[in-house]
Amino acid sequence: MPTLFSFTPEEILETIRMVQVENLDIRTITLGISLRDCATGSLKETCRRVYDKITRRAEKLVAVGEEVATAYGIPIVNKRIAVTPIAQVGEPSGESDLTPLARTLDLAAEAVGVNFIGGFSALVHKGFTKGDRAIFNSLPEALATTERVCASINVATTRAGMNMDAIAELGQLIKETAQLTADRGGIGCAKLVTFCNAPEDNPFMAGAFHGPGEPECVLNVGISGPGVVLAAVRQHPEADLGKLATIIKNTAFKVTRMGELVGREVSARLGVPFGIVDLSLAPTNALGDSVAEILEAIGLERCGAHGTTAALALLNDAVKKGGAMASSYVGGLSGAFIPVSEDNGMIRAVESGALSLEKLEAMTAVCSVGLDMFAVPGDTPAEVIAAIIADEAAIGMINNKTTAVRVIPVPGKKPGDMVEFGGLLGRAPVMRVNNFSPAAMIRRGGRIPAPVQALGN
Amino acid sequence: MTVADGRAIITVLGQDRVGILAGITAVLATANVNILDISQTILQEFFTMIMIVDLKGSNLDFFDLQKQLKARGEELGVQVTMQQAEVFKFMHRI
Repeated sequence: MPTLFSFTPEEILETIRMVQVENLDIRTITLGISLRDCATGSLKETCRRVYDKITRRAEKLVAVGEEVATAYGIPIVNKRIAVTPIAQVGEPSGESDLTPLARTLDLAAEAVGVNFIGGFSALVHKGFTKGDRAIFNSLPEALATTERVCASINVATTRAGMNMDAIAELGQLIKETAQLTADRGGIGCAKLVTFCNAPEDNPFMAGAFHGPGEPECVLNVGISGPGVVLAAVRQHPEADLGKLATIIKNTAFKVTRMGELVGREVSARLGVPFGIVDLSLAPTNALGDSVAEILEAIGLERCGAHGTTAALALLNDAVKKGGAMASSYVGGLSGAFIPVSEDNGMIRAVESGALSLEKLEAMTAVCSVGLDMFAVPGDTPAEVIAAIIADEAAIGMINNKTTAVRVIPVPGKKPGDMVEFGGLLGRAPVMRVNNFSPAAMIRRGGRIPAPVQALGN
Repeated sequence: MTVADGRAIITVLGQDRVGILAGITAVLATANVNILDISQTILQEFFTMIMIVDLKGSNLDFFDLQKQLKARGEELGVQVTMQQAEVFKFMHRI
């Protein structure tokens, strides 16, 4: 076929196919807004300023997102907002209950038409300030009584070590949050992420917040192309693993380019600096949009079989290499996501007994996110939940990477049961947990010191 | 907001029948849009057409033109997509 200017028809049809058949889309454009200047000595006044600033800054976000999506023919699925950790914003008020601020965020998000607003957060890896303490006090209530607010707590960094007191408390808080939302499958917990080495510019929920080093306002992009990568891998059943890595890399380049284009255009039209493209491969429950299925297409009978960690290492690395070339600024989490409830292949793997929590934990050592959107029995003790978090934090701390836990202990459910969260949060099979007790270790509390990796100077 | 300048790529996909090219180009002619290049194949009965157009002289804004093309496509039984050319430039070139 002749060349149209500088594109071949094959290239043009490839782009069309990626969007229309393979589920290529921009998963999210997330507007980061600093609320540092909204903090006052009066919680009421702070709430007023927060509402004003968010509704003003994000007023055009949804409309511009729609415009750009239509102009480029690439769907922008979600428009979201990330704010300064509320621990910081609410602290000068001296209040120990920051639920009013959560409600304000919820109302502001609704007013501008975004489906999630992240940042009801605290960074406690070294210890607590009054504001951090207030966030902890307010968490279960805030998550149970708001729709769109997402919370995150950073409990460890490579530089600071692990705050085991915070981790122990979170075990309790997660259970409390699940109890308060027991009638909805414990859904409050689906809006709470516990981090080690949390990034300041992650555009994905529920862990998004606008970090202290960020500017007044910034636009970050999260793309999504598991379907595209899956199709590419399936087309090459005979390629050796080296060639497969190159194929994935080239595909990741193309997918990320769309994020770069959309990011630049949306931020230009909003008059806001362009932050980063997060390269993460984020699955959905749409047909073929599964990271687990990519691993299976690489050659595993079922995700979770031996070989899964190696396959995921290949995938994650190839995605990063392709994506890095595609964007001027790469950031956020940038890796492969393995959220159980949002990936049909993961759900199948757990249901068939191929994928265990232990294997998931191993996988988090080589990919970006962590133990995400997974359900455990409602009677799992708080110390066990804390210990799951501690294990995940240790992986992140030692390997100088981000890890996270988003666990939902579902009241009344046992291993093998299925819980429906609905909508974007999907459905999850309740997983078996090792119930030998870590209580004595968790009771010790204290801080696990920063590892020698921290001494990098 | 108007985006009616620069180049766009129109793709037409569907079952081959008489009048597709005429139907689409009629919309473009009325809108005063210049066609810079056309490529077309018919594979078995499947029809694929790609056009690069220049929207600079267009008397319709991007979104109105897009709507009209989509509607014409529905009449003709084909799927018509119009996208800013940047999409393809960004994806396929470094």
